[in-house]
Amino acid sequence: MSLRIVVTVKYVPDATGDRHFADDLTVDRDDVDGLLSELDEYAVEQALQIAEGRRQGGDDAEVTVLTVGPEDAKDALRKALSMGADKGIHVEDDDLHGTDAIGTSLVLAKAIEKAGYDLVVSGMASTDGTMGVVPALVAERLGVPQVTLLSEVSVEDGVVTGRRDGDTASEQLQASLPAVVSVTDQSGEARYPSFKGIMAAKKKPVQSWDLSDLGIEAEEVGLEGARTVVESAAERPARTAGTIVKDEGEGGKQLAEYLASQKFI
Amino acid sequence: MAEVLVYVDHVDGAVRKPTLELLTLARRIGEPVAVALGGGAGDTAAALAEHGAARVLTDDAAEYADYLVVPKVDALQAAVAAVSPAAVLVPSSTEGKEIAARLALRLGSGVITDAVDLEAGGEGPVATQSVFAASYTTKSRVSKGTPVITVKPNSVSVEPAPAAGSVEALSVTFSEQATGTKVISRTARESTGRPELTEAAIVVSGGRGVNGAENFSLIEGLADSLGAAVGASRAAVDAGWYPHSNQVGQTGKSVSPQLYIANGISGAIQHRAGMQTSKTIVAVNKDAEAPIFDLVDYGVVGDLFQVVPQLTEEIKARKG
Repeated sequence: MSLRIVVTVKYVPDATGDRHFADDLTVDRDDVDGLLSELDEYAVEQALQIAEGRRQGGDDAEVTVLTVGPEDAKDALRKALSMGADKGIHVEDDDLHGTDAIGTSLVLAKAIEKAGYDLVVSGMASTDGTMGVVPALVAERLGVPQVTLLSEVSVEDGVVTGRRDGDTASEQLQASLPAVVSVTDQSGEARYPSFKGIMAAKKKPVQSWDLSDLGIEAEEVGLEGARTVVESAAERPARTAGTIVKDEGEGGKQLAEYLASQKFI
Repeated sequence: MAEVLVYVDHVDGAVRKPTLELLTLARRIGEPVAVALGGGAGDTAAALAEHGAARVLTDDAAEYADYLVVPKVDALQAAVAAVSPAAVLVPSSTEGKEIAARLALRLGSGVITDAVDLEAGGEGPVATQSVFAASYTTKSRVSKGTPVITVKPNSVSVEPAPAAGSVEALSVTFSEQATGTKVISRTARESTGRPELTEAAIVVSGGRGVNGAENFSLIEGLADSLGAAVGASRAAVDAGWYPHSNQVGQTGKSVSPQLYIANGISGAIQHRAGMQTSKTIVAVNKDAEAPIFDLVDYGVVGDLFQVVPQLTEEIKARKG
């Protein structure tokens, strides 16, 4: 039987660009280029490795990459497809503008159920919101185990096993499929798409769904459905220029003097 | 007065500092009621009472250690049902954020993560967050249901405020999902004797300029002279010079100490994302053009192999 893997990916504003807020206090996406969130590349990589391992063992596997976002978000799908994913799903709807993490988890969970799945693989967090809560929320919505923040992951005989490195301890985790997994940047370097992969990606199927395809009402998502409100967003005032000294033999002592003046010593 | 639930992060009954910070913040909104779970939960009461917990709800079921995240969500949900709090506060660890999000979803409310400040507002608590690599400061609130908010370590100074801290057993019925993800084994992180990176008041970090694993002893020496935690940039971690658990930045840990000392770190946006909310920033770098100097309160343009040992010696001399 084919193992159905769904990878959730996000199209994010480039962190090296000038990110700012629009008038409605949502992220302004018009003025900055987007790309596949770097942390999601690790999820695509692990999904591909799990699928490849399965195929080598004579079984079948299919990797579907799923994203929610405006038209441009297709770029994130194309990148994942060029890395080797089999097909894409793009959920796009004007009513999604301003959706928060809890709303996003609803859209993802409905789309994952509609697509059919045995395993969901996500990145540990997006590189824009950096909340790191969506995989746990999707697991809660789907009612399946969360096996999150893994630096190592393997799937065998319907069981997912992984290592989670926390602040105070490292844990070995195990759960039966279906399950939601998220992986960290320690899970293994993501592959670069080959030229062949890039060409092949152009021919891979990408389905487009909107909210009605998923049976979601507009008021459940978007700014209206959001359960948090941003009341204000202020650009952080530029730091007042600090004191910069050139070391001419006494740099360490000068720095110590500064730290003492600030009561750190 | 409205009650505010505070989720207690502890290791075998020893309460970690971020929880004491939460108790300090909780008092701005209402009366803190702490929820301590797992082995040693009852032992947390004295520390929690000293910092303002009126009540301490405890449950030491084995499920909290044996299964991932969900049993703790079940317990907090039971506590919310029992207390009807004005808000639930959780430390902003990776696990804390997962617990908070799942709880908010179940409560039909919203979640705010990584708050750096919290104040009472007319329509519920208002959280300050620092976003886009700390280039923006936002103020947000939860608009539906019981607000669930996670707060970053070092967001507030701990203020003791003795309270009753009466211990009460929390009755928890575990959900079907509670036992879904089994913890097969747990290996405690070997203690370096230094403070935990994410909760340290001072962080001393090294980057590409440290130029080798063996030279990190210089960074450690400076850290030890200040009682600080050691951090590393992604470049240093990718080169294998220091463990990933110490990586500061977008794909590592986010730190917000009183003092951050960056040594041989250029200050790429990914690194800045993880440390820019530090109160005071100091850098040592031989490249006068390094972007880190745009952020600093005090910078030394110089060779870290000269400056850092001199600084360490001077600190030791001053501390006597």
